[in-house]
Amino acid sequence: MGKQTRAIVQGITGNQGSFHTRLMLDYGTKIVGGVTPGKGGTASVGVPVFDTVASALEKTDANASIIFVPAPFAKEAGMEAIDAGLSPVVIITEMIPARDSMILIEYARTRGATIIGPNTPGIITAGEAKLGIMPGDVFKPGKVGLASRSGTLTYEIAASLTHNGIGQSTCLGIGGDPFTGLNFVEVLKLFRDDPGTDTVVLIGEIGGSAEEDAATYIRDSKYPKRVAAYIAGRAAPPGKRMGHAGAIITGTEGTADAKMKSLREAGVLVAEVPSELPRLLLQQVSPLQ
Amino acid sequence: MKLFEYEAKSIAQNLGINTPKGAVASTSEEARDIHKRIGGEAVIKAQVLVAGRGKAGGIKFASKPDETRDRASEILSMTIKGEKVKKVLIEQRATAKKELFASIVLDRANRCQTVLASDQGGIDIEDVARQTPEKVLRHRLDPVFGMRSYDARLIALKLGYQGIQQSTFSDFLSNLYRLSVIYDAELVESNPVIEMQDGRFVAADLRVIVDDNSLFRHPEFQERSREISGEVTALESKARDNGLAFVELDGDIGIIGNGAGLVMATLDLVKQYGGKPANFCDVGGGANAEHVATALQIIQGAEKVRAVFVNILAGITRCDEVAKGIVDVKKVMGLKKPLVIRMVGTNQEEGRRILQAAGLTAMDKMDEAARIAVSKVAA
Repeated sequence: MGKQTRAIVQGITGNQGSFHTRLMLDYGTKIVGGVTPGKGGTASVGVPVFDTVASALEKTDANASIIFVPAPFAKEAGMEAIDAGLSPVVIITEMIPARDSMILIEYARTRGATIIGPNTPGIITAGEAKLGIMPGDVFKPGKVGLASRSGTLTYEIAASLTHNGIGQSTCLGIGGDPFTGLNFVEVLKLFRDDPGTDTVVLIGEIGGSAEEDAATYIRDSKYPKRVAAYIAGRAAPPGKRMGHAGAIITGTEGTADAKMKSLREAGVLVAEVPSELPRLLLQQVSPLQ
Repeated sequence: MKLFEYEAKSIAQNLGINTPKGAVASTSEEARDIHKRIGGEAVIKAQVLVAGRGKAGGIKFASKPDETRDRASEILSMTIKGEKVKKVLIEQRATAKKELFASIVLDRANRCQTVLASDQGGIDIEDVARQTPEKVLRHRLDPVFGMRSYDARLIALKLGYQGIQQSTFSDFLSNLYRLSVIYDAELVESNPVIEMQDGRFVAADLRVIVDDNSLFRHPEFQERSREISGEVTALESKARDNGLAFVELDGDIGIIGNGAGLVMATLDLVKQYGGKPANFCDVGGGANAEHVATALQIIQGAEKVRAVFVNILAGITRCDEVAKGIVDVKKVMGLKKPLVIRMVGTNQEEGRRILQAAGLTAMDKMDEAARIAVSKVAA
């Protein structure tokens, strides 16, 4: 993700699609086309619109997609992008049926495409490009890679890092749903191989076992980069869905305390409150510097 | 969305899944008549969505129809974990050769559906999984192709079934899987599955949870999903009808924020400073003045709330809209509880000017704002 990314916007003529296309262009992202069935031949915010992804590929050199189409159509929109060879495919759409996401994610896996989301704020390479709906101005170039299950909390933490002089390499939301294209372990692997990243910040929340799995991976692989984390939802009661479809404690599984404990045991710097993250990073100098 | 047991069994029957002979009743007289019709010994089960009805006395047995009427009348007057019992299911009590457990769940970590099965049915499966994990069989299904006949047969084989019983149990499992696909179920669980003397498998209990995001494909459930049940409090129902993501909690500090993660972090901070949040309330991305005003009205109107903390980090949301919403409430009905506002981000200056004109101020840092919100109720 960066200057070499040339994206199409699926669902470009909708409210969200056109609004965020404008903001992505303003940030410097190369948006080479848009797709809305039935609107081919028109233009939206100065970008040519096509009826299908395949027809967009005849006229543009797109290599990535960002999807805003409504939930009932998101699965096929994703498949269409994958069939055209685009990757990553960023899915902003929320409230997609879990079964649709499950099938789409498997479709991507067998075809070697990367899905970011669904229900994600997207991905941003600070100062270069963004495929997403995040406010660009809170991010500043640097060496911290950030991955999160939430939107606004990501902006909160990115803003506080930036405010404390800690810049970021790539920041992405893995998505707030039970099924996501990337999980924390996969993101950790990507950051491990990224020379521009020396520290990884994970922003987790209650529900599922993505944070525990990350802890196991960090410990077992002797992860070579510094990792810090914050987990939201210590005050959440069991059995209640806290806004995100994936944020629910079932039985004794998925509590914030359990996640914090496993991350600490794996050597991760765990913040008690969001504002503690920059303090932790400033206190302990990166092993690579 | 959780289905009532009788709803789950009704769709199961249409898919060829055996369930005990019986019917649902809303009155004790109906219950008696059902028992007369089905004969034998009857079990009377409260139809509620909360778990743990057995321990709460919501399942009773009766050998005669008049007895069934009396037991049904008792159960119909019960409230189980806050949920009023409105219906009872009357079923013929089955004599089991064996009790099993079978479920099909969405498996987040493996991004597929997974079958859990055990020959230790009828008891709490989480206990079985903890104490004797080897007794719970886990079998992952292909995310696209799902349960094939050999998946089902392998599970039956591992549970010790051979010959005709292997086929019979595989068919039972395949039908449960079909139900999960047709109804977009997050969970299909039968505990116990009863193996009858005649070799049939019967879903004596059946839980089905339909994925809320798929309700557009299931118009038959849409109306029911809006009904108030024991799972949703009156305040939650009111807030959700107004498009807010809302969970009621047991504290006294009302919380309003934008974005689920930020609101969760806000609750955590309030708790960190010794306060108790009264709710989780996410006005969502791009919330306008009206959303914010509605949230504030609902929350300050709750008796238990003694202070309200608004925490906004505006990205797509705009501070001026948030400020307008707050000021509207102040003008129209007045601010009924002490209010602490933290508001930064898009159109921050404009938002603060609107607040100032109405005699309100907003803070920068969420930690400090949380601390002050807690101090408002400590006094």
